[in-house]
Amino acid sequence: MNDKPEKLIDKKGLRLDGRKPEDLRPVKLEVGVIPNADGSAYVEHGKNKILAAVYGPREVHPKHLSLQDRTVLKCRYHMAPFSVQERKSPAPSRREVELSKMIKESLEPAVFLEYYPRTMVDVFVEVLQADGGTRCASITAAALALADSGIPMRDLVVACAAGKVDDTIVLDLMDTEDKLGAADVPVALMPNLNAITLLQMDGILTHEEFESAVNMAMEGCRKIYAIQKEALKTKYVSISEENKEEAEE
Amino acid sequence: MPILLEKRQLVTPGDLIAEGEYIAGENTFSEKGKIYAARVGIVEYETKKIDVVALKAFYVPRTGDIVIGTIIEVGFNGWTVDINSPYIALLRASDVLSRPFKPQKDDLPQVLDAGDLVVAKVVSYDRTHDPQLTVAEPGLGKITRGQIIKITPTKIPRVIGRKGSMISMIKQETGCNIILGLNGVVLITGKTLDDEQLATRALLKIEQESHTSGLTDRITQMLKEEKAKKEENKK
Repeated sequence: MNDKPEKLIDKKGLRLDGRKPEDLRPVKLEVGVIPNADGSAYVEHGKNKILAAVYGPREVHPKHLSLQDRTVLKCRYHMAPFSVQERKSPAPSRREVELSKMIKESLEPAVFLEYYPRTMVDVFVEVLQADGGTRCASITAAALALADSGIPMRDLVVACAAGKVDDTIVLDLMDTEDKLGAADVPVALMPNLNAITLLQMDGILTHEEFESAVNMAMEGCRKIYAIQKEALKTKYVSISEENKEEAEE
Repeated sequence: MPILLEKRQLVTPGDLIAEGEYIAGENTFSEKGKIYAARVGIVEYETKKIDVVALKAFYVPRTGDIVIGTIIEVGFNGWTVDINSPYIALLRASDVLSRPFKPQKDDLPQVLDAGDLVVAKVVSYDRTHDPQLTVAEPGLGKITRGQIIKITPTKIPRVIGRKGSMISMIKQETGCNIILGLNGVVLITGKTLDDEQLATRALLKIEQESHTSGLTDRITQMLKEEKAKKEENKK
């Protein structure tokens, strides 16, 4: 684990885990995994394992935080102590506070906040296992949980990152690539409205590289969106299929 | 200008449903002449108006709705009631007592205490004020017996069925009296516990399978089978 690989991309142009530069890690999404929550989702994105739960809309506590014209969206991103190699203190770190705010801001444009004034929606994101790109996977899962809870939304939100590793632009960086690579560009997208709700860059890229990274990330978002939509529908389709089978019997 | 999706198709938020001169109905929104879905649900339309019947949503109060709520707190001159909605409802003491409320004489917890269930009607609600309830009408008031179940509020119309076909069928088959709160809380009162449990099972089945077709027939069949089984057991 401590050995630094010399090259992140081998002679054949394959990455450490055997992916091509434009490949995503395998993504698995599931909806409605927490019965007590109003909406929930679970995502496995490569080795990332993340749970998202949504509660609300409900009354605001403490009351002075309520807004007269819109819903308050609250997000909490948290990494479990066992989610990384070295035990992470369970107290919210600076990074987690920042990511909470970032997730909130990338979800807000998609939710019809003005429909239910004086209420609050809680979004909890718990990272069970982290392997690079948790912010993107968290947004994907949180948006899915919001849709599952029945809160009216303009669109789903999907996120995916692209970056630069060994002078190549690659999609969906994993932990080692993120740490040793040159740059990382996470993008969150509302696919139907074709609007970006989050765009960050960490590292140095030229204009051209940046542009191709953003385009590559958006392409990745659309691929994940198809899985996201499927996951949302599967929850209900499975019920109607059961009935069909019953009827045929 | 086309409607892009067929009737009864499952949509997720952001799905484009139609383009052109249509009216965005329930759980949809329009942007630049296009109609999109705002919730997970099933597409329904009549000539110009496009609706999405949500598969999961929460209850938003409307004036005139009959709801079933739980008293959560006894206040100085009334009660606060949980009506399974983002907003907490208020019930005034003078309304329940049907005479002016005298703080020296009347003991509110004796009339209704925390945890009591009430059938009530929403008398006023808008964006700026919490909903207010009344019980001063026949059929409303404290619930003394029966079973309470919760179902998704958007599925109440499905439980009622076309012109009440579903609910009257269940009432007839089980011999229970059923009060549907539009907030998704349902009160079932029957002669025996078995009857009530049978009605409960039917309602939960409707909730689970509300978006499938031929449901009324399946529920009728289920109730008849269950009844036949019971008859056999008696013999």
